[in-house]
Amino acid sequence: MKKILAIALCAIMVIGVLAGCSSQPASNDNANSTPANNDAPATNDTPATNNTPAAEGKTVKVGFITLHDENSTYDKNFIDAAKAACANAGVEYIIKSNVPEGSECFDTAEELIDEGCNVIFADSFGHEDFMIQAAKAHADVMFCHATGTKAHTTGLDNFHNAFAAIYEGRYLAGVAAGLKLNEMIANGEFTADEAKMGYVGAFPYAEVKSGYTSFFLGARSVCPTVTMEVTFTNSWYDEALEKEAANKLINRGCKLISQHADSMGAPTACETAGVPDVSYNGSTVAACPNTFIISSRINWEPYFLHMIDCARTGTALEADWTGTIATSSVELSELNEKAAAAGTAEKLAEVKAQFEAGTLKVFATDTFTVGGASLTEYLADVDDMGDFQPETNVISDGYFHESEYRSAPYFDIDIDGITNIDA
Amino acid sequence: MKNKLFHVSRRPAMPWWKSLLIRVIAIALALVVCAVVTMLFTGENPLNVFSAMISGSFGTSRKIWATLQGIAILLCVSLAVTPAFRMRFWNVGGEGQILMGGLACAACMIYFGDVVPNWVLILMMTVSAIVAGAIWGGIPAIFKAKWNTNETLFTLMMNYIATQLVAYFCNIWDKKGSGIVGVINPATEAGWFPVLGGQRYLLNVIIVAILVVFVYIYLNYSKHGYELTVVGESEKTARYVGIKVEKVIVRTMLLSGALCGVAGLLLVGGTDHSISTTIAGGRGFTAVMVSWLAKFNPVVMIVTSFILVFLERGSSDITSKFGLNKSFSDILTGIILFFIIGSEFFINYRIDLVHNTEKEAK
Repeated sequence: MKKILAIALCAIMVIGVLAGCSSQPASNDNANSTPANNDAPATNDTPATNNTPAAEGKTVKVGFITLHDENSTYDKNFIDAAKAACANAGVEYIIKSNVPEGSECFDTAEELIDEGCNVIFADSFGHEDFMIQAAKAHADVMFCHATGTKAHTTGLDNFHNAFAAIYEGRYLAGVAAGLKLNEMIANGEFTADEAKMGYVGAFPYAEVKSGYTSFFLGARSVCPTVTMEVTFTNSWYDEALEKEAANKLINRGCKLISQHADSMGAPTACETAGVPDVSYNGSTVAACPNTFIISSRINWEPYFLHMIDCARTGTALEADWTGTIATSSVELSELNEKAAAAGTAEKLAEVKAQFEAGTLKVFATDTFTVGGASLTEYLADVDDMGDFQPETNVISDGYFHESEYRSAPYFDIDIDGITNIDA
Repeated sequence: MKNKLFHVSRRPAMPWWKSLLIRVIAIALALVVCAVVTMLFTGENPLNVFSAMISGSFGTSRKIWATLQGIAILLCVSLAVTPAFRMRFWNVGGEGQILMGGLACAACMIYFGDVVPNWVLILMMTVSAIVAGAIWGGIPAIFKAKWNTNETLFTLMMNYIATQLVAYFCNIWDKKGSGIVGVINPATEAGWFPVLGGQRYLLNVIIVAILVVFVYIYLNYSKHGYELTVVGESEKTARYVGIKVEKVIVRTMLLSGALCGVAGLLLVGGTDHSISTTIAGGRGFTAVMVSWLAKFNPVVMIVTSFILVFLERGSSDITSKFGLNKSFSDILTGIILFFIIGSEFFINYRIDLVHNTEKEAK
């Protein structure tokens, strides 16, 4: 008898708690029906808020395809920007998340078209081939793809690549890292020769190499003796591996860690070990209040707005679009004053102004050497024909022209000062 | 002394209509619970949610084809693990066997794509995928037969080896270092299965339909099928009647692995024309559930794999339509599966309340 009573009591309590929880979203739903509330929480994904004064031209409906959902920092960055951009432009949209890099991507694109979408966007590198297949089958629909390499060689008018000059953001983050190292050297924590950074990379290819090299060059611009060790996890998201990699680097004597992988593995390892950290894709200050310095990320909203605008007005969208600091596509998170060196904000503002003025080039050939020598020319595999043959000289006027011949990075040079400890 | 509240006992077999009725009631109850949970947590009208689920699988002809494709591949893997399960050999290595089949198939497409005529290439892909899957299934079987190793752990561990092998070859084949192979032979389409009647998935569906018939006959009307069933019921009986148990274990697992290899072949050669570590998509494990729910009957497995694919596709549609997290659709799927599996319990067992004579709780 007692047991039954206890069970009944538990059940009543559970229901009570659930009812309590549900009362909040319920009130929110009422708010959602008013069109003004565009920034309502994620509970309302398909806003029919077309009653903003629709610009003249074609009605646009955008379909977004993402590899994971908001639980991945990488995809969250796209999803947040997609919602903001569509709310701003007053267009309808559908987000399909957790779409694998296989024929499911093609199927999903077609389903989105069936649901009335005339612009399709996909966020993951491996989606590209399937987006191209869909673009071939649907000439009247605009297909846009982030991080891809093939738009300028496929010869399709309706397939487009986009990326951002994130190497400039990484360089700035590197400057903050270098200043932190300087401060630690000045405090006598280690000597200038011991200034070594560690970097947790996902895959050893151009996008990652371009990122860590620019980060390193940024740090070295203020801390000339710095060196860096890199290790790869061969996965974009593996919390345990990334944590392990960060710990490995810390144990090898790295004084500061940065990363190009999507989990919280490296930042939390740094917080535990008390090692300063420069993260990626957004601030990790909440989880790492003592060690997080700064983070760079790509803001996709400007591209989405541009894409929607082109679709609406019938203007041709570039095969390759590269966002910059000037287009607000490359952003730095708020600086964590607690962990950052004094004077970092001022220095960052100064360097940022140089980027905006175009006077500073990240990959200027007088700032790095390969095998002890400066480069005067370099062939990169810009035209991705599946042959892995480099064909385009990308060094001229004294610098490596990153993301100019196509939007996705192609800087894949191993420069002096950076050691790949996996090799 | 503790007094038991319930007494659980095995039920005698019940008439088919009664067990069917229990299952239908279970699904209906599951839907009601789902509706309540949906209303409590999201405030959406549950009818809208259910209709979104249905339209997620059947909304357009394209969606129907995608659903059929999902069923075909899942069913193929389920057919593959079933002979092993009937033998009480817990093959949870379907994932790895699919990957190895797919890997062998992709290797043929990459290395011989421009070398041999297309029909020779497809023949090579088919043979190598079947052989690779069979080897991956055969290794744990040999260990089980010779040294009585634990097949559950063994097949599970083989999955990880297969995943890493695929990752390794992806890195070799993609010289850029991104680890993504992309579509193989995009220009020549060498090794791509032909498209029948303009439907990309029709051939896969036909192949799996043939496999259903094959596995059904193999299990129920062949000597092999009889032998493996006897081994599953009792090894001692099998030995007593002169069945070579070791031989049956290895033979059955070769078949099981080979059929998984076919699933890999259909995914790489017939669907994606690409290879990645995630190509099996957890089907090696989902298939365990499909096979169990169908009581290892290949024909019933058509229904159970349909239910699972329907739930998966429907719930992913809910996710995007109502802006819910994937976790929410997983919750709904979980509730429905909980009821379906629970109903099997009530079909097999009865529960009686034990009446207490002494009323101490007053």
